[in-house]
Amino acid sequence: MNKILKIADKEFTSRLFTGTGKFSASEVMKDALLASESELITVALKRVDVQNNEDDILTHLKHAHINLLPNTSGVRTAKEAVFAAELSREALGTNWVKLEIHPDPRYLLPDPIETLKAAETLIKLGFVVMPYIHADPVLCKRLEDVGVQCVMPLGAPIGSNKGLKTQDFLDIIIEQSNVPVIVDAGIGAPSHAAYAMELGADAVLVNTAIAVSKNPVIMARAFKMAVEAGRMAFEAKLAPIKNKAEASSPLTSFLN
Amino acid sequence: MANFIELFNTYNWDNTLKSIFSKTEVEVENALAKEKLDLEDFKALISPAAKPFLERMAQKSSMLTKKRFGNTIQMYAPMYLSNECQNICTYCGFSMTNKIPRRTLTDAEILKEVAFLKKKGYDHILLVTGEANKTVGVNYIKNAIKIIRSQFSNITIEVQPLDQEEYELLIENGLYAVLVYQETYHREEYKKHHPKGKKSNFNYRLDTPDRLGKAGVHKIGLGALFGLEDWRADSFFTALHLKYLQKAYWKTKYSISFPRLRPHSGGLEPKVEMTDSDLVQLICAFRLLDEDIELSMSTRENEIFRNNIVQLGATSISAESKTNPGGYTVEPQSLEQFEISDERSTEEIVKMLKGQGLEVVWKDWEHFEEIQK
Repeated sequence: MNKILKIADKEFTSRLFTGTGKFSASEVMKDALLASESELITVALKRVDVQNNEDDILTHLKHAHINLLPNTSGVRTAKEAVFAAELSREALGTNWVKLEIHPDPRYLLPDPIETLKAAETLIKLGFVVMPYIHADPVLCKRLEDVGVQCVMPLGAPIGSNKGLKTQDFLDIIIEQSNVPVIVDAGIGAPSHAAYAMELGADAVLVNTAIAVSKNPVIMARAFKMAVEAGRMAFEAKLAPIKNKAEASSPLTSFLN
Repeated sequence: MANFIELFNTYNWDNTLKSIFSKTEVEVENALAKEKLDLEDFKALISPAAKPFLERMAQKSSMLTKKRFGNTIQMYAPMYLSNECQNICTYCGFSMTNKIPRRTLTDAEILKEVAFLKKKGYDHILLVTGEANKTVGVNYIKNAIKIIRSQFSNITIEVQPLDQEEYELLIENGLYAVLVYQETYHREEYKKHHPKGKKSNFNYRLDTPDRLGKAGVHKIGLGALFGLEDWRADSFFTALHLKYLQKAYWKTKYSISFPRLRPHSGGLEPKVEMTDSDLVQLICAFRLLDEDIELSMSTRENEIFRNNIVQLGATSISAESKTNPGGYTVEPQSLEQFEISDERSTEEIVKMLKGQGLEVVWKDWEHFEEIQK
């Protein structure tokens, strides 16, 4: 059994977080997300009708083990993000928010300046803030300073399925962080997820790779297993990588 | 470049067309192998040399679209507010000289049309007018947006080009996107088709997306009206416009539409034909040029075409559209701007999409900005 992950006041058995976008139907989404055993599922506020009790996405996510994580996708500034978070707290009854501020609509790259500003305000307003950011170690520390409960650096541009292109910076973030590190974007295959977990990421968030797969339910299970395996390997401590066998005649044996 | 006109003026129509027609199969192959395409690659993909590669283009376009947009299609509905118009456009049913009854919807009529569309499920709406600045000016449009904005998450307009300050005013009141098609980028042909009215000013229209970018609109929709001039050259200039805008106004989203001339009252025959195969080629070429661009498909196209294009690269479609003011409920018999080709109901379109494994998206926006009261 892997260690329990704790973020703010919540405990998670599963270290695979998921999203609700891009599925071919809400039924498929539900089946895949149940198969993933994910306990934290992000949903774009702009996609749900919070006035409607029978919103299609939300109805399909009503399960005891699922925690909703509303995200602010679509906002371009700190001000809009705070407004969106307050709207979601009121409508969905959760003070958790995935803070996404990407003024760039093409690559959806997060704006570090607005994100830091919004995080500071939201923490003061009592939110649990999970910021989506570039893999920037300094920004992670700055966010930690204002009180975010975790950081969510990207592995590669969102939806790109390219894997851990930012690995060198993820390594530094994981080494330095006092809050959980969740690799949030770019994970395109179970092997990428397992690798992130082996590096010591506390969790990963996967959406496109599951939703766009030919068989989202089976892919969700594959990710679940990969995340578990990667975490297990991390906890068991991987053997160090060696480039060559040890020299048979060591250079310092004369000292003995 | 300070604006697109400057860049545009460095190009020559005939040379551009010649350059497109000189593209070879090798250049098409190279474009297909690349991850990031430039405008020369785009020329190759829309050239006659790319015809044998159409299936490969479609496969790649489909794959890229699904990666970026998932298995989804966004639904929207057009709502015509007015057919009053002081322009002469040779191809348009609302053209000033056409003897048709003119009508501009009142508040009550707008709300009646809205109620119909809401019942169908629509949450993204496109407001359309002709150009009659005295009666259907910026204040009329502002009022229309204000009275419907509590009922739609996403409001787009397709109206006469406006000044930057006017766009800013509409954005403050809840406007999300503006569609403004150049019709044709061929300066002389443009003059022929728009002999009278404010629309005859080619440069003012060409500069409109720049004004929109400066005003900070969320999304700008571009396009050319196919049939007026060679579709390949017009598409190249649309792509050039797009690439310029993406660099200049990087916070703005862009969409491309592909209107082909349709029959209307007082009609014009297309000068240059664009076949179904040409249109598929173009849609795929745009997707390969840009993974993120929204590609919109209206009811100008027929059932078979639309049933297939939703898998090939299109990301948003309309259904059951009426192109006359009051066409849904207020005055269904009035004259349309053009005849639509796909007359299926919204319910039938939804069924068709679901049957193809596509999730129908009604809502994909929220008014996050604080709107001026």
